[in-house]
Amino acid sequence: MSDAATTVRRLWAQDAVKIAALLLIIYGAYLVSGLVLGYSVRGQLNSLASLTFYIGVFATLALALNLHWGYTGLFNIGVVGFMAVGIYVMAFVSKPLYGSGGAAQVGGLGLPIPVGILAGMIAAAVFGLVVALPALRLRADYLAIVTIAMSEIVRFAFLSSTFQRFQFPHTLAGDTTRVGFGGGSGLILDFPDPLLAFIDAIGLSGAYDGLVGLVGGVVPNNPEPIVHSLVYGVVLLGIVAAYFWLLKRTGESPFGRVLKAIREDEDVARALGKNTDRFKIVSFMLGCALMGLAGILWLMGQGAVTPNFFRPRLTFFVWIALIVGGAGSNTGSVMGGAVFAAVLYQGPLYFQNVVTAVFQPGEAPSSFGPAISPLLSSFDPVPFLLYTLDSVRQLQLVIMGVALVWLMHNRPEGMLGHRKETAAAIPLARSSGATAPSGETDSEPTPRGDGDGTGGGGDE
Amino acid sequence: MSKSVTQSRPDVSDTPLRIEGLTKRFGGITAVDGASFEVERGTLTGLIGPNGAGKSTTFNLITGMLSPDAGTITFDGDDITGDEPYDIANRGLVRTFQIARELGEMTVLENMMLAPKGQRGEHLWRSVLPGVRGSVRRQEAELLDRVWETLEFFDIEHLAEEYAGNLSGGQRKLLEMARALLTDPDMLLLDEPFAGVNPTLENRLLEHIHDLRDQGYTFLLVEHDMDLIMNNCRHVIVMHQGRILTEGTPAEIKSNEEVIEAYLGGDV
Repeated sequence: MSDAATTVRRLWAQDAVKIAALLLIIYGAYLVSGLVLGYSVRGQLNSLASLTFYIGVFATLALALNLHWGYTGLFNIGVVGFMAVGIYVMAFVSKPLYGSGGAAQVGGLGLPIPVGILAGMIAAAVFGLVVALPALRLRADYLAIVTIAMSEIVRFAFLSSTFQRFQFPHTLAGDTTRVGFGGGSGLILDFPDPLLAFIDAIGLSGAYDGLVGLVGGVVPNNPEPIVHSLVYGVVLLGIVAAYFWLLKRTGESPFGRVLKAIREDEDVARALGKNTDRFKIVSFMLGCALMGLAGILWLMGQGAVTPNFFRPRLTFFVWIALIVGGAGSNTGSVMGGAVFAAVLYQGPLYFQNVVTAVFQPGEAPSSFGPAISPLLSSFDPVPFLLYTLDSVRQLQLVIMGVALVWLMHNRPEGMLGHRKETAAAIPLARSSGATAPSGETDSEPTPRGDGDGTGGGGDE
Repeated sequence: MSKSVTQSRPDVSDTPLRIEGLTKRFGGITAVDGASFEVERGTLTGLIGPNGAGKSTTFNLITGMLSPDAGTITFDGDDITGDEPYDIANRGLVRTFQIARELGEMTVLENMMLAPKGQRGEHLWRSVLPGVRGSVRRQEAELLDRVWETLEFFDIEHLAEEYAGNLSGGQRKLLEMARALLTDPDMLLLDEPFAGVNPTLENRLLEHIHDLRDQGYTFLLVEHDMDLIMNNCRHVIVMHQGRILTEGTPAEIKSNEEVIEAYLGGDV
């Protein structure tokens, strides 16, 4: 037994090492490019903070989508819809009451932020149920159509002037207050800063102030925002670890085994006595709740939220992250999220900045004509290259598309290759422990050890 | 494995499965046309017939994968007509598929661990919440023992770690039957379990089936190979164009003119 246990532990250690090594490489590359760019310490810390932020949100989203697609085979291309429901319901619940000061056009219910987060997750899950009930009994492609249509309906609903402001009862006596979703002009998230409230709640505000002081020694001018975004990034990575822990336990269980069977062949699962509808609905709702939470985490510290943030392309970003990492693997999802955030999402702009800083080229042509004509008339490629470099923001989607096509052709199973994440709560190797099952389980620390390992890997 | 099954078998009647007037139409074609038959407990009953006779449709109707247009299906005294496939499987009436449907991206062990009924960890909260997961793991350990026993019984334990998709056709058939057995069925419906299986493996599978029948399992077997049916089944049902043409002992069937005509393509 101990043999199997050590093997599992060693294997797991490798996964944690993989994630940690990947993060180290990414951070190293960003630090080096920061040096090339001649960033100040402030600039370096800022760039690391925003990198960490995007790694965190894309890793959580990829993990949630992996539960849907990688495990259960549910083709959800409406990820943004669930994110939007999450943050909007959270704002609805947690924004202060209208008229309690501030510039907001509409208020909320004024409930504490944790209540709002919980409400946002539950709303996303319930919304998932509403979407899933009719669609899950149909073929996979119908679910895809329903989810993407739904995500657009959500966006247009929040854009609509109907829900811009309305009266809503907020006391048992029936007093109403002015609430709403703000319509196209967006919704100001004027609740107290969630991170500071959280730090206060766990009694670490002293440590936080100390950290601000410490960073203040290096960055004399207004260090608080830097510390704030860095700490928020670390909290996000902690949440990635929590997602990982939860989904690993979900996958490595009889429940996860049925999900996998549904993905492979639902008829077989049904013929073996599994009520697959129940499993699909539970899996879908859990994934939707996690997407809702990811939406909340992405936006609650941004000060405001507008419906057009939730365009379908964000959903496809998450899909690319999942495909990069390899659908079906939780470790792959985290790594795919990190690679997508660092290379495809933030990378092109960084590349542009680095090239500009290193070569110090002149002004880029302002439009396509001046960019292409020197190339045609005198074989001078420089204006065209400059123009291309200058348009990197716009080319980002093209780069993503090319990366996606290349991956589907050459490495459809993701960067980790074919993964074997066994769907069972115990190692399935034949063991001498077969004679003493209870002793075996007591001495087998696999699942919990895994969760801790992630935390260690993710928090680097 | 076998003992618990024989003991837990309810002593309802001698005919666990009873089909009456079963009818299924697809558009203008009547695939099954008022079929009625019974299967006796503890026997290996053969269901034969030429291509398109309605055998597989009958299986799909019995196991709830299709709903009949008319007729009733009774299992262990309960009407199961039109029930959900998982309900029927959980009652102890389990099928295998004509073309083996292994879960390719899962290992043989995962395939096997999937099958047992009443797994505590199939409820998400039990699998996830700290504290209760211990009970899930204990049950998994018990199941794992049974899984290994069954793998040994079918002589495929050397394939345990293999992806099911990498198995040969015959090995998949073995896996499917082993997996079906782990659901603790009372009765197994085997849809052409020997198609694509080499003779050695076929003999071994047959041995297993006879062993299991001796232990009290009931089998209904769809098969094309007449000799195999005649040599192994005590009772044979012949289907032709959706109807039950005749039934009886192998000897009776062999000498039946209608059967010979159906097989030699009289009016087909």
